[in-house]
Amino acid sequence: MIWQLDLIILALVVICALAAINVRDLLGASVIFGVYSFLMCLLWAEMGAVDVAFTEATVGAGVSTILFIAAIFRTTRRSKD
Amino acid sequence: MRRFREQVQNTEGGTDLIIRTSVRLMVPFIQLFGLYVIVHGHYSPGGGFQGGVLLGSAFILLALAYGVEYSKKYMSEFANFLTVNIGVFIFVGFGILCALVGGFFLDYGAMANVFPMPLPEWRYWGVFVVEVGVGMGVMGIMVSLYWDLASAGSRKEGL
Repeated sequence: MIWQLDLIILALVVICALAAINVRDLLGASVIFGVYSFLMCLLWAEMGAVDVAFTEATVGAGVSTILFIAAIFRTTRRSKD
Repeated sequence: MRRFREQVQNTEGGTDLIIRTSVRLMVPFIQLFGLYVIVHGHYSPGGGFQGGVLLGSAFILLALAYGVEYSKKYMSEFANFLTVNIGVFIFVGFGILCALVGGFFLDYGAMANVFPMPLPEWRYWGVFVVEVGVGMGVMGIMVSLYWDLASAGSRKEGL
């Protein structure tokens, strides 16, 4: 565990989380959410939880992003609020 | 190489030639990696769930590039139904079998009462059987989730 690397990745995670809830374009938000998942995966792998990092990389960054995009294609792309 | 090129060019549907070619190249390796993760899951990172998601995402990639109809040629809806149900049956059936022979639910060591194999060996292979069941179930559910979401429930055409 290197705490400087932890801090950098954690700051990027917070930035991605804030961006994902503030972006108006839902397709962009889901892509940023995939980036967030991958950074979480990096953080967990760096902290030694390789199994959790593997699950996050396959489910969070891989399949759930595809499912979000499939759902957005069937509904509307612009958020109303 | 020539056979591969003809296969890519002759399949109708789908989108771009580059996307179709790269998907055709990537899918076998993703499936091989998924099988590796399931088989080595009980003593290294990974396991039934992650390997099942990898196997399912290979089919999702195929359905994404070629359309839902084309991916059904490789795994029909009935095969998907059978995969999910056999996976759940392996998981629950092995757990209840362990409970029937004198242990708890999913207590693999109890199988040593009926089938003579050392206790650590039973623990080792019991986890393996359960991981195979979990992998089959997760793979089928991931594929059918994508089919239903991408075609709005009709399972006829993709995105």
